[in-house]
Amino acid sequence: MDSSISKPAPYPAYFIRFGLVLLAFGMVFGIIGGLQYVLPGFLKGILSFEKTRPLHVSAVLFWIILTATGGIFTYVQEHSGRKIHSVLLLKIQFFLFGISIVLIMACYFAGMFGGREYWEYPPYLSIPIVLGWLLFLVNFLRTVGSLKKQPVYIWMWLTGIIFFLFTFAESYLWVLPYFRKNIINDMTIQWKSYGSMVGSWNQLIYGSSAYLMCKISGDQRTAFSKKAFALYFIGLFNLMFNWGHHIYTLPTHVYVRQISYAVSMTELLLLGRIIWEWKQSLTTAQKFLHLSSYRLMLAADVWIFLNLLLAIGMSVPAINVYTHGTHVTVAHAMGTTIGINTMLLLAIVSDLLAQKQSQGGRNSKNGFWVANISLLVFWLSLIIAGILKARWQMSNNPLPFSSMIQQLRPFFMVFLVSGTTLAAGILMILFSLFKKNIHVTSNQDIQI
Amino acid sequence: MLQDRAKYSIAGILVATFLGYSCFLYADLPVKDQAGLQAGDKGKMIWQQYNCGACHQVYGLGGYLGPDLTNSYSKRGPAYIQAFLANGTNIMPNYHLTETEIKELTEYLRNLDASGISDPRTFTIQNNGFINQ
Repeated sequence: MDSSISKPAPYPAYFIRFGLVLLAFGMVFGIIGGLQYVLPGFLKGILSFEKTRPLHVSAVLFWIILTATGGIFTYVQEHSGRKIHSVLLLKIQFFLFGISIVLIMACYFAGMFGGREYWEYPPYLSIPIVLGWLLFLVNFLRTVGSLKKQPVYIWMWLTGIIFFLFTFAESYLWVLPYFRKNIINDMTIQWKSYGSMVGSWNQLIYGSSAYLMCKISGDQRTAFSKKAFALYFIGLFNLMFNWGHHIYTLPTHVYVRQISYAVSMTELLLLGRIIWEWKQSLTTAQKFLHLSSYRLMLAADVWIFLNLLLAIGMSVPAINVYTHGTHVTVAHAMGTTIGINTMLLLAIVSDLLAQKQSQGGRNSKNGFWVANISLLVFWLSLIIAGILKARWQMSNNPLPFSSMIQQLRPFFMVFLVSGTTLAAGILMILFSLFKKNIHVTSNQDIQI
Repeated sequence: MLQDRAKYSIAGILVATFLGYSCFLYADLPVKDQAGLQAGDKGKMIWQQYNCGACHQVYGLGGYLGPDLTNSYSKRGPAYIQAFLANGTNIMPNYHLTETEIKELTEYLRNLDASGISDPRTFTIQNNGFINQ
């Protein structure tokens, strides 16, 4: 880690700024989607749910991807002590991503679809994303130089970049009739790609959080330790082979389900490690809790623990048969996307915006607590709604679907209110960061 | 500290296994018989064009606002499905689908229904935590 690069090339900041705009969009469409749950038919004429949901999901996914990219390009310069290999490639990548995202959002507003979950836009709009991602890979490899004696976060970033490219391309195999024509074949490959794709963007984010932890503690040894690499390889193993837990109830190959069940259980090692090191984590927490980026990483740690518990439970087929297709799955998706990914990305943004380790103001601390308490309520409301839906699914004399949804309405109300306060908490954190950044910029001409 | 050679070896074995597994799966897709699926395939494209998956599930995967439609064909029948497709509901917009689109979507739902059963009540749980249908 070389701190001599006091002013890394500013271009990664464009990714982060655009990512933050998309986070704001994602939160707005999330709230509109929540309103559509409790007010059936709300905005049905102009922005019905089949538009709201992809607007929300894609905005949030691109917030994750863009901010992770911006973070990696900044940190890789700090780590290697070198400027980005090619600023031109970076600019082209940003242009390709930017133009695609704008067109994708426009397509959603216009009701032009043609894709599928996560990527509902017309498939040809993925071509510039793939091209941009190839430039990302080239620029990253050339900036890093050599893979010899590199810390774990370089391995994680490289893994994330390569596997996102592979799984993103794999998720488009459906355009070939061979894969698409039978629904079971199609869904098997679709969820193979999606399961691994989630693992790939997790590698991008966790790599940056590992780097940031080393930066905060000033201790690089952990990033080279056997334990760090053991955890990385467990993560990689799961990224590659645990995807079948999404499709336990699909009549696909039995071996797909058996492999995924066995592989998913290796996550117990990660859970065991968190419990084993709990006391040590608390000691570290006391030392760095005053730093806003560390606080956010600590919150992510708590969410990792809670969501890992949920994920391991859901990876047992006997439990999954109850939770599958219910809001328990949504709780897991939201818990990981907001509690883990967004908290870690906010920690990275906090680190980059502040330029030096910031303690954060009162707004930042209040926002932190508002966001995390709201998220807990939000998460629990979804789990309870999911358990009630599971009971309905298993009932021998189930009520009509509409009556069941009506019974879940109180939990959707809680989900909507807590989702709104969660968005407010995140905005408070961001407002505090930007206020500080503007102040620093005007005084010292420093900005990301 | 783990030596680079050990890291490359572990990563190499994992990547080779992953690629082998992927290629094996592409060649050994679960359902071999793809005859007679053309009409259902057109319906699936319409399903994607209107983003039906935002609200509806197939085998428990998709949206949560509307019901799972995997076995709606055998439970409700084509006439019931077509009435919904033609008129919408107080939540689902009327997409003003053409007659051809309605027929193709119905055919897709028929094919989907024939592909298996998504009802979780039909699974039996084994002692080792695995499930069978």
